[in-house]
Amino acid sequence: MSLDIEHIRQDFPILKRELRPGVKLVYLDSTATAQKPASVIEAMDSFYRLSNANIHRGVHTLAEESTALYEQAREKIARFINAASPRQVIYTRNTTESLNLVAYTWARANLKPGDLVILTEMEHHSNLVPWHMLAAERGIRLEFIPVAENGLLDLDAYKKLLELGPKLVSFTHMSNVLGTINPAKEIIALAHAAGAVTMLDGAQSVPHFAVDVKALDVDFMAFSAHKMLGPTGIGALYGKTALLEAMPPFLGGGDMIKEVKLRSFRANDLPYKFEAGTPAIAEAVGFGAAVDYLNSVGMDNVAAHEHEITEYALERLEEIPGVKLFGPEAKFKGGVAAFTLDCAHPHDVAQILDGDGVAVRAGHHCAQPLHEKFGIPATSRASFYLYSTKEEVDRLVDGIYKVKKIFS
Amino acid sequence: MDDLYREVIIEHYKNPAYRGHLDPHDYSFEDSNPLCGDHIEITLQISADGAVSDARFDGHGCAISQASADLLIESIIGKPLEDVRHLTKQDVLDLLGIELGPVRLKCALLSLKVLKAGVYGLGEASDSLVE
Repeated sequence: MSLDIEHIRQDFPILKRELRPGVKLVYLDSTATAQKPASVIEAMDSFYRLSNANIHRGVHTLAEESTALYEQAREKIARFINAASPRQVIYTRNTTESLNLVAYTWARANLKPGDLVILTEMEHHSNLVPWHMLAAERGIRLEFIPVAENGLLDLDAYKKLLELGPKLVSFTHMSNVLGTINPAKEIIALAHAAGAVTMLDGAQSVPHFAVDVKALDVDFMAFSAHKMLGPTGIGALYGKTALLEAMPPFLGGGDMIKEVKLRSFRANDLPYKFEAGTPAIAEAVGFGAAVDYLNSVGMDNVAAHEHEITEYALERLEEIPGVKLFGPEAKFKGGVAAFTLDCAHPHDVAQILDGDGVAVRAGHHCAQPLHEKFGIPATSRASFYLYSTKEEVDRLVDGIYKVKKIFS
Repeated sequence: MDDLYREVIIEHYKNPAYRGHLDPHDYSFEDSNPLCGDHIEITLQISADGAVSDARFDGHGCAISQASADLLIESIIGKPLEDVRHLTKQDVLDLLGIELGPVRLKCALLSLKVLKAGVYGLGEASDSLVE
């Protein structure tokens, strides 16, 4: 079934925006953050207008409503990733905080000097720096699954690394630069066979195709609301119950405790043990509304549409002399097209495209080591979502020809 | 927007007059813009009376950062080092002759940051040098 894109686009108020008179927005930066449907904006607006109160404390009507809405959203998110229980879904600020939570709690409780953590060369800084910090503090060792020239992980090299006895394998499900969708199930199964715990950075996968934590058998998974049509300021960490139960708490404060004495405390049950302080309540409601929206469209439909747009984009970009694309062929790839142009710096490309209303990102996209691997300081990146169209790809291509004209 | 890519900027980007590296030199400094990976290195030779007798820049980056480096180097040759220390953001913008948003401003000011950190003998080129 193909999507009724015109109908979908009607749901996103921002897509109607003219940036300047006669210049319509062409938003090709959904990998950085997705646009929001009216239903998400309205759910948050309605929360503040009708139900706003702090959660888990008061017994008044508003407090009960707020608590119910906050927890219903958690249930929706849990079902969306097929978690066995909503107690396994911990609200965080974003993917970065989810990854850091595991690095601060599970890793500090379980890793000793010399222990090995395996990452990949295509990680976002958020799945590199927490481990650099732990390596400096604890003396853990880091190894990286190499990325081959074709943009895919070298699984033979991975199997060799597993012989070193890693304690954790933490990797991205989908590269935010190359678009590579990694064979998560296989990577996780191999890690488990080697006795390692696994963590998946789902920031780019959960928004774009059906991700089933049970089928993957993953131990931890991090993702953000804002990349999947929801608000900024909220994300989630999924974890297997036994691991979460055994972990020390993360931040200390209200809500994460069962009992506090002057000199001690007892931690609360899951998931509250990891949710200190007043959380992002309206954002949780918006997160739930985003999940409802994606469910109403169907994740398989979202994935199929993005695949079609990506294939078209790669085909059109390849036609342009001087464009070099990064990442694997379309069948291994999500909706991302990172490229360089021989005559102009990515920043200039993005600037000139912006003049025509086309929003792309330029830089190293928080994946500096990956860019170094490919010997380039930066790329321009166009990325797609369920509301992207072939006409928008055409506008991108027209814009690149304009850059070539200015710089030739 | 098209203003941003005025002829003069494209010209200085594509055919910079002062790209290079002076050896020997009296001052040398380099730094990057973490946002886009632009990189600038500047080398200076200073005459006995304390003026910039020659200068070059090297590096890579967007048209704005490289053109502004070329224009900046051109403007400081022959100037007393003391004047170079007092160059401001506005001086660079005047050289470029364009208005810039906050993101591109960083590109335009990278060379000034590097230059000032170099002449002040600082370990790192910080934003406060060009504010």
